[in-house]
Parts: sequence; structure tokens; C-alpha cells
Amino acid sequence: MSASTKALSVEGLHKSFDGLEVLKGIDLEMNEHEVVGLIGASGSGKSTLLRCVNLLEPVDRGRILIEGEEITAHGVDVNRIRQRVGIVFQAFNLFPHMSVLRNVTLGPVEALGMSKADAEARADELLGRFGLLDKRDDYPDRLSGGQQQRVAIVRALAMRPDIMLLDEVTSALDPELVAEVLNVIRELAEGGMTMVIATHEMGFARDIAKRICFLDEGVILEEGPPDRMFSAPSNERTRQFLQSIIDAGRM
Amino acid sequence: MSGPAPDVYRLRPEDPLPDGDRGSKILAPLRTEGARGVAIAVVSTIVVFGIIVVAVLNSSGWPLIKEAFFDGEIFAEAFPKIVEKFWRNVFIFVVAEVFVLIVAMIVAVLRSLRGPVFFPLRALAAAYTDLFRAIPTILVIFLLGFGAPALQIKGVPNSDVFWAIVALVLVYSAYVAEVYRAGIESVHPSQVASARALGLSRRKTLRFVVLPQAVRRVIPPLLNDFIGLQKDSALVVVLGYQEGLRTAQIIQSENFDFTPYVALALVYIVITIPQARFVDWLVERDRKRRQAAVGV
Repeated sequence: MSASTKALSVEGLHKSFDGLEVLKGIDLEMNEHEVVGLIGASGSGKSTLLRCVNLLEPVDRGRILIEGEEITAHGVDVNRIRQRVGIVFQAFNLFPHMSVLRNVTLGPVEALGMSKADAEARADELLGRFGLLDKRDDYPDRLSGGQQQRVAIVRALAMRPDIMLLDEVTSALDPELVAEVLNVIRELAEGGMTMVIATHEMGFARDIAKRICFLDEGVILEEGPPDRMFSAPSNERTRQFLQSIIDAGRM
Repeated sequence: MSGPAPDVYRLRPEDPLPDGDRGSKILAPLRTEGARGVAIAVVSTIVVFGIIVVAVLNSSGWPLIKEAFFDGEIFAEAFPKIVEKFWRNVFIFVVAEVFVLIVAMIVAVLRSLRGPVFFPLRALAAAYTDLFRAIPTILVIFLLGFGAPALQIKGVPNSDVFWAIVALVLVYSAYVAEVYRAGIESVHPSQVASARALGLSRRKTLRFVVLPQAVRRVIPPLLNDFIGLQKDSALVVVLGYQEGLRTAQIIQSENFDFTPYVALALVYIVITIPQARFVDWLVERDRKRRQAAVGV
């Protein structure tokens, strides 16, 4: 890998739904081990951007490269790409008919072709690391929201992804359960995981991200280190957005 | 009211307090209320049904009705014979049910395929369900039961039973395919997204994530269709095959008495009710396993 190879490059990304342009030319580059915080109002395109990087949404125009490989090229095996890109959703989306253990081993066994024993060993190690080992045989409905979201993170990690995409993973949680999930993410960041985090938790974003990108109406309007972005944003709209967050008491 | 407060909630002072730390104070009075409610229900039921029974037995027409439908002697003669031949119905509907489960699943999956390439398959599956839900079952049995053997196709059985089963499978697979499809479509798209995000192929997503959830949800309506199928196994009678209904018909015509039909009706009731309870139990077991216990 050459020194210039980026963990993730997004070049001129456009995406429309039924004629409505949601992404209007996104450019983003990330180095390995970097954590990028994606902020912006609802509907600014954060989720769509993450879903495009995971190829859950087909891209209209532009390119996405992971470790230098163009994943938006024709003929690319989407399943192989998705194995390298972990995504965690706002609503957890665990499989309700499977135990926690099976939720975590399904990907490694059925997509990566690992043996059941190896996959379970890997799952146990990860569940143990995040304090969920005693829940391995429970069904998701028996868990709290925070536990479910941690299992969802473990499920994505079990694939050993090159990059993790977190889509407002604490937005559906009761306030008292947010911290346990943020702690898991913090630990991942300290472990060097390359991550894109779309979030409304501004304090957390400021804390953990090396770089903040402000998404507004389908473009990255402003980006920079968290200190400058939160204290002295240069763009008027960024200022307005942050002010609305402060007014709402969310910062 | 006398005594310590909790005694109020108990039927008798020597009864133990309801256990469980949560909600006992809420549930306990309801229990007392429930016990009294049960007592009232029992008494009123006995009274109402007693009146009905007395009224029926004393009505002027009762002896006639009893002779025509509830003749003890004829029942004793007919019942074992009917049960013996009813096993033929059991064979027909059990074999048909196994095939219905498979054929309907294939049709439902074909109809759920996305993408223009699969249009012909989707159209075929839709045409099949439209067609076979439209035609009366008895007509399909006539068509296949009398028509197909006449073709003398090589390597295909000529028996009534074979074609009757084929007819039932064709008709009921159309219904059950729609039940399955409703189940498949009830699985939230986010479940598919999260399976696909793990790198699972479409096929594996369907197999491990969509179908298991879909099938669990449709078990009660599935039973509904199976009960319909079991009852429609009696339609084979039109082919002259001697199953339960034909046997009842023969005994009826020998005695000029309808008791054999009542005996057959009883057989259907007896096989259907346990199935309904079995499905209730299945659904409840699944719910309990998945959902939170009290207090969690």
C-alpha cells in the first residue's frame, strides 16, 4: 500500500431518490485509524452517505474507493465489499429470531465461510470484551436498547471490517443508556478503528473525532478539527446549526 | 374490613400471599375478583345450558330428531367403520400438506424476487395463484380426477387418490403461497439491509433472515388453510373413492338415518381442535423465548 492510499475516498458522490437529490457532490478522504464525525441536520444526507459507502444504496455519480479499490466500479462483488465495511444502524436491526451468539456468528460463518467453532470463539472474545458474554444465549428482545446496540456493534466487528460506519447509533436510546454505547465506540477509536460517525452527540463527536464534517443539503459545507469547528466555524450555516444545537441544550 | 390489609386480597387467611415482588398488590385483588367471576360464570352457564337442554328434550320434535341424527345403535355400528376409512382421508391430506408447504414456498419466493430478469417467473407465479384461487376446488378435482387418467400419460399413476392429491396441492398451494408472501413482506426491510450489510448474499439473506421470521408469523393462518384442506379431502368422494364421507353415505343409505354423518362430523371436530391448541402452544412458546420475562 502506497503512502498516498486512503482508507476511504469519496469523490464527487451524487445520489437521488425519485428525482430528489440528496447528495450533491460529496468529497471526503480518510486516512487509516482516523475517526471522522459527520454532523448536520436530519435530512442533510448523513445516513445516505453511509449507506452508499456500504453499497446499500446504488450511487448515481462519483466514485468511492476503499484502500484504493474502487468499490463503485462495475462488476465489483458487493458482498465482498460489505464484508470489509461494517455498518451499525440507529435502530440496531438485530435478528430477533436468533440468539445474541448467532446474530454475531451469522456473518462470519455464512459470508466469510468460517467454521462455527472459530466464529463462536471470535464472538465470545468480542462479547467478553464489551461485557456481553452473559447475554450470548439470550434473544435480542430480552436485552436493553444499550445492550442491543452493543451487540449490533459486536456483530459488525466480528467481520473484522477495515472501516466502521456508525449511523446515529445512540439516537434511539434512552438517555441513561447512551454512555455505555459511547464507551464502546471510544474504545474502538482508541484501538485504531477507522470510523465514520454520524451523530447528534456533539460533545462526543468533539471528544472522539479527529475531524468534523458538517453536511448541509447534500454537500460537505465545512470540515476541520473539532476545536475549530465547534468554537470558530467559518461558515454561517455551520454557525446557525451549532447555535440551534446549543439552544436545544444538546451540547 | 378486619385483619391486616393483605388478608383482604386472599381468598382465605391460610392461603399464601401471591408471590412475585412486582405487581402482587395489583394482581391479588383481581384474583379474588377472578375467582368470584369464575363462580358466577359456572353457575350462569349451567343455568342457561340446562334450560336449553330441557327445552330441546321436551320439544315435540325431539324424538324424531334423535332418531334421525343421534341414533345410538347406528352410531355404534357406523363410527368404527367411518374411522377406519377416514385414515384414507388422513393419508390424502397429510401427503397433500407436505407438498403444499414446499410448492407454496417456491411460488411465494418466486413472487418475491426483484429485478426485471425475474419478471417471467413473477408473472408465472402470480398467474398460478390467481388461477387456482379462482377455480372451485371441486371443479379442479373433477378436471384432474376424471380428465387426467383418461390421458394415460406414461409413468404417471392413474389412481383417483393420486389425482385428488394433485388437485388439492394445486388449489391449496395457491392459498398458502399468498400466506407465505404476506409473511415475507411483513419482515421489515431493515432486516434485509442489516443482513446484506454483513455481506450475506440475497439467497442467504432470504434463507437465514427473511424466511425464518416470515414462517413463524404465518403459522396461525397456515393452520387455517390446512384445516380447510383437511375438510376438502372429503371432496374426493365425487370420484367414487371410498373414504370417510363415502362410508358414511353408504351406511346412511342402508339405514335411512343421518347418524353416520354426525359421526363423521365428530371425527373432523376431534382432529381439528388439538391442532388449534398445538398452534397456540407453538406461538406462545416462540413468544416466550423471544420476549422479555416480567421485570426484565
